[in-house]
Amino acid sequence: MVTTPWRRALMVQRIAFVGLGLATLCAVLPVIVVIGTILMHGAGALSWNFLTTMPTQGMRAGGIFPAIVGTMELVGLTIVVALPMGIAAAIYLTEYAADNPLTRLIRLAIVNLSGVPSVVYGLFGLGLFVIFCRFGTSLLAGALTLGIMILPVIITASEEALRSVPKSFREVSLSLGASRWQTIQHAVLPFAIPGMMTGAILGISRAAGETAPILFTVAAFYLPRLPHSLFDQAMALPYHLYVISTQIPNIALSQRYGTALVLLLLVLSLNMLAIILRARFRRKRQW
Amino acid sequence: MSWQRWRERGIEGLIALCGLSSIAIVTLIFIFLLKEGVGLFHSVSLGHFLGGQRWYPISEPPLFGTLPLLLGSCVVTLGAVALSLPIGIGSALFVSEIATGWMKEVLKTGIELLAAIPSVVLGFVGMAVLVPTLKHAFHLATGLTALTGSITLALMAMPTIVSITEDALAAVPRGYREGALALGATRWQFMSRVLLPAARPGILAATMLGIGRVIGETMAVMMVTGNAAVIPHTMLQPVRTMTATIAAEMGETVRGSDHYFALFAIGIVLFVISFAINVVADVFLHQERT
Repeated sequence: MVTTPWRRALMVQRIAFVGLGLATLCAVLPVIVVIGTILMHGAGALSWNFLTTMPTQGMRAGGIFPAIVGTMELVGLTIVVALPMGIAAAIYLTEYAADNPLTRLIRLAIVNLSGVPSVVYGLFGLGLFVIFCRFGTSLLAGALTLGIMILPVIITASEEALRSVPKSFREVSLSLGASRWQTIQHAVLPFAIPGMMTGAILGISRAAGETAPILFTVAAFYLPRLPHSLFDQAMALPYHLYVISTQIPNIALSQRYGTALVLLLLVLSLNMLAIILRARFRRKRQW
Repeated sequence: MSWQRWRERGIEGLIALCGLSSIAIVTLIFIFLLKEGVGLFHSVSLGHFLGGQRWYPISEPPLFGTLPLLLGSCVVTLGAVALSLPIGIGSALFVSEIATGWMKEVLKTGIELLAAIPSVVLGFVGMAVLVPTLKHAFHLATGLTALTGSITLALMAMPTIVSITEDALAAVPRGYREGALALGATRWQFMSRVLLPAARPGILAATMLGIGRVIGETMAVMMVTGNAAVIPHTMLQPVRTMTATIAAEMGETVRGSDHYFALFAIGIVLFVISFAINVVADVFLHQERT
């Protein structure tokens, strides 16, 4: 058999493609392993009791109710802080900002915010909210810290949503005599809302899973009651998982896997929701 | 001016304020890190802080040398990037050039979900699965090593690297592909000799951002690297990173003590590193667009 250069090139291509396929497998397989491991060991631990009772015996038994409620409250507050600010910032960038050095500086700041290590956000929240603003270790301090952390996620998604609204919508509205804000309010925002929701959900999911920023701003090691006010500490799922997997010896594995499963289900279902919403939004666009 | 006009002015003012908020926040982060961290340098010199080989924050007298922590972060990060870069670029090529239809969607979703898994969950699975595996495979006293951290963090860097590389590949002009294929190149020849070189700035940016993601990661790395603050010599020994030091020790410090200041000073180092990485990556990304 004669090996022409072409045939050799095809052979090289075949080998290369197999290599690329293997690389992709290496990237996707861990997702299956992680989810599978937790599902396999954690499913047995899930019960109504586990979800709705207080931890007992130094967190070695009982449920994770306060951690679930704490995470819900924390995440709710976070989105209240971050969503209006993020959407307004996105409106400014897409509808008002001129292409000048100031705008470039804003963009650079956003890029940097999304790169700041999460534990540095924790330090910042400790310095500004807990100590300087005297909020103490509290839901409020934690939510403000997380809110700032997810701001770039929300700004980026909202900007994309606003930019996907065609220019002609704005031109028609303006030419009919509407003011700039009226145009944004009636001809732009309504069409961008589904895209913004995707950003909000991704932000929520990120906030629900983060541990480092809440370590010094809100998280309680063990607090077998629900928080009373904004200035109360709270337990949170990710911190609880960290605590019971590293600080508490001789604990039943099912407690750890059960907590991990609840956290994972919460975060992954939020993400799937965002992915589905985004796909539907992109498909349904009529313009 | 009418009431309505005033109201609009007010709203637009608020919007502009929110637009500027990100600059304000970055500045505030820097100011507050400095404010809380600078106290350390009344008693410890900068040279000793960055170059000291011993981190004994609670011994008497305390030693605040961060070199072991800095090197710990570097070793774990280098290992993670060495693992995730080839895999990430390979996956990006596969997803954007080879996979089609439902397979493409499934792979994309899978990689996106990898990004969504909270770091504490990855750390937990790393502890449960990876640590014992490595311990047996290399006959170690403990499976909590720099390599364990690198593997876990490689998973966290992967989605960043894949998605930015994909963007970079998509930004390569169509004409390049048509030209190469018309000249008789195979698809792989086109990918390896035209596509990848043309997307190089974007791939460099992806690498930088992957490094940024890894070096700032806290929970997973704290759970699987063993947290021994010694200068690492191999990948198979426990190390401690800068991030893990802050997270593990802040709870035990007294506010206003040198130890407390030192942890904020480490925060400043991390902030400066991430700032530099993001600015450089941004430059690469702009290069790609022009």
